[in-house]
Amino acid sequence: MDIIVCIKQVPDTKDVRLDPETNTMAREGVESIMNPFDRHALEEAVRIKENLGGTVTALSMGPPQAEAVLREAISCGADGGVLVSDRAFAGADTWATSYTLAKAMVTLGNFDLVLCGKQAIDGDTAQVGPGLATQLSLPYLTCVQKIRTIGDSGLVAERMMDDGYDVVQLPLPALLTVVKDINEPRVPSLKGKMRAKKAEIRVLRAADIHADEKCIGLAGSPTKVVSVFSPKPRGNRTVFTGSPAEQVEQLVAKLKGLL
Amino acid sequence: MDYFLTEEQQMIVETAREIAREKIIPLRAELDEKNEFPTSILMDMAKADLFGVFVPEEFGGLGGGCFEIVLVLEELARGCVGVATSFAANALGIYPVMIAGSQEQKERYLPDIASGRKWAAFGLTESNAGSDASGVRTTAVLDGDEWVLNGTKQWITNGGEAQIYSIVAMTDPSKGPRGASIFMVEDGDPGFSYGKKEDKMGIRASATRELIMKDCRIPKDRLVGRKGTGFITVMKTLDISRPGIASLGVGLGQAALDEAVVYAKQRVQFGRPIISFQAVQHMLADMAIQLEAARALVYAAARHIGSNAKNISKASSMCKVFASDMAMKVTTDAVQVLGGYGYMKEYPVEKMMRDAKILQIYEGTNQIQRNVIGQELNKEYASA
Repeated sequence: MDIIVCIKQVPDTKDVRLDPETNTMAREGVESIMNPFDRHALEEAVRIKENLGGTVTALSMGPPQAEAVLREAISCGADGGVLVSDRAFAGADTWATSYTLAKAMVTLGNFDLVLCGKQAIDGDTAQVGPGLATQLSLPYLTCVQKIRTIGDSGLVAERMMDDGYDVVQLPLPALLTVVKDINEPRVPSLKGKMRAKKAEIRVLRAADIHADEKCIGLAGSPTKVVSVFSPKPRGNRTVFTGSPAEQVEQLVAKLKGLL
Repeated sequence: MDYFLTEEQQMIVETAREIAREKIIPLRAELDEKNEFPTSILMDMAKADLFGVFVPEEFGGLGGGCFEIVLVLEELARGCVGVATSFAANALGIYPVMIAGSQEQKERYLPDIASGRKWAAFGLTESNAGSDASGVRTTAVLDGDEWVLNGTKQWITNGGEAQIYSIVAMTDPSKGPRGASIFMVEDGDPGFSYGKKEDKMGIRASATRELIMKDCRIPKDRLVGRKGTGFITVMKTLDISRPGIASLGVGLGQAALDEAVVYAKQRVQFGRPIISFQAVQHMLADMAIQLEAARALVYAAARHIGSNAKNISKASSMCKVFASDMAMKVTTDAVQVLGGYGYMKEYPVEKMMRDAKILQIYEGTNQIQRNVIGQELNKEYASA
């Protein structure tokens, strides 16, 4: 089973700033980490490899320093890392990112499964996984909390829902995005860290993936951030007091008044 | 302070620290309360390659020595000394094979130890053989191609959890210490079983159990080294393992200091944080001084031992005594700094204080260590 895991380097959420000029996130000089959901996707991929054999390739699009998360992925069990990096990719929204990653995957060749985290903790869109699957015409399932069975013929997985979960069968190749419940990621191993230190990270430029320049970077992004602001506090607040029973009574009366 | 670790040693520290932070600390209070062995944590450590740190590369390990294992144990002990003890006992149990075992024995056991697939334990202590190791009553008699072992070992760390046991038994009781030998006994060997599991004051995550050998038959080739050399191997084993116990004290002392300083900055009495009171500051300062002195001694001793120096007993004993006495003092003071809260189980320092006590007792009491140091001094000054 050859698996590609999409990994994003994100600013640690403890330390987020916005660039006032562009209204996008300031990434320079901010402590960066592997997107936590992607860590679970990687762990799942490594577990599948340990059971069925095959390879795990970590793929990331980002600036040169994103190489660090690919090395981290290797220390956690990935066989190799590929960085899709070019100035021309800068400013990409989720559509352009999906297009670019899809082009990179086509360039890399055969794979049976693509695993992504549910969403990145910086943009929080949860769009790149499904976007990527659409670009590649792959069946996909989001918010996977468990892979029940997986083999050459396909997989059966549980999709987390608000009120339980769906059990879905997919043929391979397919794309899954995973939630944190799927597993508990391991600590990077010592041998993995040593391997990661020596590993060659393959870098793919825009020309290497034959990307249409109208579809990449800021120019290829239909999304334009017009402004970023904190919403103003809305309306009046009422604090109910008294015993819990009295508070409930007041709340019910208030809600009825709104009808 | 900068102890000039190599890049590889720093990686080892980071890995062990991550295990402590992510796997041990969230579980330690529950393991302590339930007296529960940390099986899943040890498996996490195995995946992170920590079990291989001290095993030679030719057997699948990372080829580290006494200093590398000291670094691992210090970080694990910052999380929980009970868990760290389970890890340390594994090394203790396999050292006899590394020191005196045959090539075949090393090939049989070391790859499984390095990968963490199997765990080891060391069986020396008996009800009448503690500080006086020559009191061992367990016997081994050769019967054809098999050794037949009879006796009961007491307070064996990892007992019932390990798969590989190094057992000290008398092959010639008339010769006293020169009649002792070491044997490798494996889980499932006929006549080998586990007795009572102890209910302890501290390090409750570790398993401490009796090993019972009743006409326990093992193949002839399980004898480690030559017959009658058991006590020499035991002494060599303890010389290289004791800095590990010392480093448990350093890790524990660091954890206690961390808790005490953070608390002292947050706790407000008489309108200001208690760290602003000199009485508290001086306690914290003394804790930090003792801790750093112990760390420096343990690191120096471990590096000395790892350099294959000849005379290592004194350095080994000195660091064990100093660091374990420090851990007892520093954890007791941490409880004092936290006051009433420190005495309660909601805060981690009461467990640290309970865990500290064993460090002054196991792998040779601190009184026995002082005997060793005194005897070595007597030898050093023989011509004086």
